[in-house]
Amino acid sequence: MSATFGTPLLFAYAAVLCTLLSGAVSLLAVRSRPGFLHFGSFFFLFFSGAASIAAGGWTLLAKLTVTDHFALGLPWLDWHLRIDPLSGFFLVLLGTLAVAISLYGPSYTREFARGPAAQPLPPLGVFTALFVLGMQLMLLADDALVFMIFWEMMSLCGYFLVVYQHQHAANRQAAFLYLLLAHVGALVILLSFGVLAAFGGGLTFDQMRAAKLTPLWATLSFACAFLGFGTKAGMVPLHVWLPDAHPVAPSHISAMMSGAMIKMGIYGIVRVSFDLIGDVRWEWGMVVLIIGTASSLLGVLYALMQHDLKRLLAYHSVENIGIILMGLGMSMIFLGSGHKMLGTLGLVAALYHTINHALFKGLLFLGAGAVLYRTHERDLDHMGGLIHRMPVTAFLFLLGSVAISALPPFNGFVSEWLTFQTALQAPALENGLLRTMMPIAAALLALTGALAAACFVKAFGIAFLGKPRTRRVARAREVPVGMLGGMGLLATLCLLLGVFPTTVIEAMGPITQLLVHEALPSATAQGWLWLTPVSPQVASYSAPFVVAAMVVVFGLGYLFLKRGTAPARRVYAWDCGFGQLTQRMQYTSTAFSQPIRRVFGGVWKIEERVDTLASAGLIPRVTNLNYSLHTYDWSWLKCYVPIGRMVLAAANKIGFIQTGNIHTYLKFSFVTLLVFLWIVS
Amino acid sequence: MDRELTAWALALAQALLFIAAAPLLAGWLQRVKCHMQNRDAPAVWQPYRNLAKLLRKQMLLAENASWLFRAVPYIVFGAVLLAAAVVPLFAVHLPSAAIADMIVLVAFFALARFFTALAGLDIGTAFGGMGASREMMVAALAEPAMLMAVFTLSMTASTTNLSVATAYMLQAGLVLRPSFLFALLALAMVAVAETSRVPVDNPATHLELTMLHEAMILEYGGRHLALIEWASQIKLMIYSVLIIDFFFPWGIATDFSAMALAVGVIAVTAKLMLLAVVLVVWETVLAKMRLFRVPQFLGFALMLSLLAMLTHVVLETG
Repeated sequence: MSATFGTPLLFAYAAVLCTLLSGAVSLLAVRSRPGFLHFGSFFFLFFSGAASIAAGGWTLLAKLTVTDHFALGLPWLDWHLRIDPLSGFFLVLLGTLAVAISLYGPSYTREFARGPAAQPLPPLGVFTALFVLGMQLMLLADDALVFMIFWEMMSLCGYFLVVYQHQHAANRQAAFLYLLLAHVGALVILLSFGVLAAFGGGLTFDQMRAAKLTPLWATLSFACAFLGFGTKAGMVPLHVWLPDAHPVAPSHISAMMSGAMIKMGIYGIVRVSFDLIGDVRWEWGMVVLIIGTASSLLGVLYALMQHDLKRLLAYHSVENIGIILMGLGMSMIFLGSGHKMLGTLGLVAALYHTINHALFKGLLFLGAGAVLYRTHERDLDHMGGLIHRMPVTAFLFLLGSVAISALPPFNGFVSEWLTFQTALQAPALENGLLRTMMPIAAALLALTGALAAACFVKAFGIAFLGKPRTRRVARAREVPVGMLGGMGLLATLCLLLGVFPTTVIEAMGPITQLLVHEALPSATAQGWLWLTPVSPQVASYSAPFVVAAMVVVFGLGYLFLKRGTAPARRVYAWDCGFGQLTQRMQYTSTAFSQPIRRVFGGVWKIEERVDTLASAGLIPRVTNLNYSLHTYDWSWLKCYVPIGRMVLAAANKIGFIQTGNIHTYLKFSFVTLLVFLWIVS
Repeated sequence: MDRELTAWALALAQALLFIAAAPLLAGWLQRVKCHMQNRDAPAVWQPYRNLAKLLRKQMLLAENASWLFRAVPYIVFGAVLLAAAVVPLFAVHLPSAAIADMIVLVAFFALARFFTALAGLDIGTAFGGMGASREMMVAALAEPAMLMAVFTLSMTASTTNLSVATAYMLQAGLVLRPSFLFALLALAMVAVAETSRVPVDNPATHLELTMLHEAMILEYGGRHLALIEWASQIKLMIYSVLIIDFFFPWGIATDFSAMALAVGVIAVTAKLMLLAVVLVVWETVLAKMRLFRVPQFLGFALMLSLLAMLTHVVLETG
């Protein structure tokens, strides 16, 4: 049965088996016995995640590549499976998120078991399991057939999870848009594999790797793969499904989608362009870099305008995918121009940001879910003061916010710093255009980072700080321990990946070794304390020092300033002497982003209206004031709406052949059959 | 090993001198400003007296203040302290510069700002929200301009390490590079915005319509306020020293002999005093801008730094 059989694959099979069990157990979770979902399904999911981590970790640490095949399905098409450092890396990412949501899920899904939001439970468990299963087997796939089967499984199960609370029309609409774009994406991916398979003479990835492509066909294959996988990853302008679909799914699923599913798009891009096609060209890198920069900037600008917490986070996924693509683009530019070491640096930056984003975005979605669980509120402008009511959730959400805003000493900063360092190596390039483009992209990345920080000051500050704006939020309680555990796990990893980057980069060595036959020996040469991507003379960063300095400042502050002084007295906040301040006087999220809305005016379509109602009389006084603000995504208005209109118009045009007469339809079928026969012969 | 120990000891001494001298620079600035504007000047030691007074005072906390509000001054001070530790003040080739490069330095300031803005929102008054919202807007424009200017310098010196870059500028001598001229202007404009000086912000006012930074920290008092005030004095000094290091590094010590170090200290003191006079003239002749003129000001800085980089790529390489 097996050609070469190694232990990492055994773990992977164990993970797949546990996922299947998790799905099977949740079939039993009928209304009267929700425990099968809360404990059974998530129990197995936990082990599935752990086994994924073990499989992936083993491959990475032991630098293994193991293949296997099964005689399943069609007689002449075996299933080829393979685990190598790249798929191992993504398995670790997936497994970590699976473990986190299996800690978080049992409490969170109670909401669906009874009460006003009750839903049938088996679909949730089954589709979650199949969703994870799709991703696991897609990562293990070593031929295009298996890859596409499980890619589709992931996409379809994603649809059922988005539409899980199907009673709301908005959810159904979001899910349909997701399904539509997922399928357009899958079709384009299929074309890309088609080109590779035609040149390689078969569907297995080994045959595709061996294929000799002309530059034109290689570019075509890359373009299709980039478009198709980019749709799943959510790059601009193919991102429109993402901010609709992610917020409406249950929060642990949102975490899984934003954390893991869209990363599968990144996996696809890396797998096809770096591994299957092999020789990347700098022209591709230019396109990827431009699209990445646009995605990151537009993603964060749109995020700033949101006041729905989960929607805001979804737009930040677009931003972070953009940052990952920037790293990949720079890597392609350097590799295509013959700078192998710098290309490796870009690739490491991109992959590092991939796992970082999975961790902090997972954490933030789980945090948003915790707020939703206790307050049933997604609108930032109705929250406030939650730090007093939910201190641990607030703390963990704060850590996530610091990490995503790329601030030291957390993980988001390390990968952005590596991306900056890659961009600053631009003088090594011969092409003047590229040499200018890369630093400009870096400057736009700096703008993105600063705007992301502004956005998370808003998100955390409006939701958790200040005074509660509604009664429901004022009565919130801390969430159960399991949910905190799931978030705590991710928060700890965010800190660890930020403080020990050298170790992480060392562990990522086998991936770059596999893809571009190069590692980054200089990055880790100075020991675990120092990160020196090119050389100690060029740039260095030491996160442990940063943490140590913070600890020292807090320690000294406590010893010399706080100890022995009288306890602080609580007094009223300064109200200019006008009397009691109310919670309505606080800045809202809309107010907070107003200056930025004004500065970057043209990026959104803004509809702002102020309606005043004046009282009758000699001197009219305003008695009622109504303010409404809508911001729209230009790409939706300028790109998708016209396409939709064109499709409708075309459908109307060809509608005349739909006579409704069975004879006509039979005639059509007959003619089509004849044409096909003629083509085939 | 012995040499390395000396180097680390010097690095520590430099960092301590940095934080100890920062209030003095603020005092000098205040004094020159008063003279310039025909007012009676306080002693240069006044900032130390203010800090000592604040450190002794009993703490008052607003009712709604959370644990975050209490932690922020320490985080801000820690971040600025780290930034001070890596900027070469009187000597280059110190090992502490390896802890963080220029990009990390900018990120330290971003960290301090992030938490200050959160503290502004914590109390739940309109002032705090207003300050936080405006500060983040200013930062969103200032940060890329600063990084772009810094990138120009680091691409010239092909390093982002502050110490190595300063040493490079020093041995390159007096070469007139057009890109540096643009970068200097951009960096100066950003420094003015980031340290909350006129015309972007006015550190001396508590008028609600004009303040940015002060609005965020309005509720702070006692030792918390002392730490924040001290941190902003250090921040001002860091920006001044950065400009000196990049554009006028002459005199800074390149070896650790007592003579070289003494020259380094004297040189940097003289240059800081001179730079403060320039800042005072700038602040005296300019008026505070309206808030929505600030993006234009910073947009200009961004354009200058972009120009700096393009000139570097087009004229000075290849």
